Amino acid sequence: MFELIIFFGFATVLVCAALGVIISRNPIHSVMFLVLSFFTSAILWLLLEAEFLAMTLVLVYVGAVMVLFLFVVMMLNIDTSTVRSHFMRYAPLGVLVALIGVGEVWSVFWLRSEGLSTLAKPVAAPADYSNTAELGAVLYTEHVYAFELASFVLLLAIIAAIVLTMRRRPGLKVQDIGKQVAVKRDDRLRIVKMKAETE
Amino acid sequence: MLTLTHFLMLSGVLFAISAAGIFINRKNMILLLMCIELLLLAVNFNFVAFSHFLGNVDGQVFVFFILTVAAAEAAIGLAILVVLFRTRASIDVEDLDSLKG
Repeated sequence: MFELIIFFGFATVLVCAALGVIISRNPIHSVMFLVLSFFTSAILWLLLEAEFLAMTLVLVYVGAVMVLFLFVVMMLNIDTSTVRSHFMRYAPLGVLVALIGVGEVWSVFWLRSEGLSTLAKPVAAPADYSNTAELGAVLYTEHVYAFELASFVLLLAIIAAIVLTMRRRPGLKVQDIGKQVAVKRDDRLRIVKMKAETE
Repeated sequence: MLTLTHFLMLSGVLFAISAAGIFINRKNMILLLMCIELLLLAVNFNFVAFSHFLGNVDGQVFVFFILTVAAAEAAIGLAILVVLFRTRASIDVEDLDSLKG
């Protein structure tokens, strides 16, 4: 019963935050609502005993990705009045798609899933159970190849983001490192023979 | 009693809200990216819920990889957005018609 209260409380917050993301007029408010929805999901994941992923969600998403979003929103300085001019035009279609989606999902899960044994809440893990240890034991043995690939994907993201946003401005006075390294002594140094001057 | 159905219906609602958000905010590209993040969160919810109720940790490993790919996608998407704004001074999706024949 206590779990049910927690679930419904945070599920309400989550749905309201998701609605806030899609209908708030200011993009900064959208990002803030998205942060709230990630926090709330992390708490709901704790309820599902996925402690490591809940912490990862807070650290990676709220700590890194959302800060990146906030940075871009503030840097771009978008004029919201022009962006929102066609807001109501697509709203009925969006609501229709959402209602159809919810109806389909609920008809499957609510009407047709009564009495399945896997749907019952499993026994809670003991207090000394470590979700992180178990996840690591699987991640570094069975899924080690996918793990290496994930690191490659992250490397690719770093390189792609840097290459995309790097720009060379014409007329800027910068050093050409290659030329500096390849320089010879004869290019810079000239030895002049001259007689010693006496008073 | 808390069952799997509760979590699946919550993630269904979340998915539908963010899909509607893609329709509603189709002018603003940064909000489209945010809606995609929300879609991925809804899908991750399903994986975590099934992983817990079936007693199998593989679902959580999958969520781990989805988080990795989503972070990479957000970084590259925002980089493209910055380049787009630099060249066009607009992030309106309807301005992006230079490939139109």
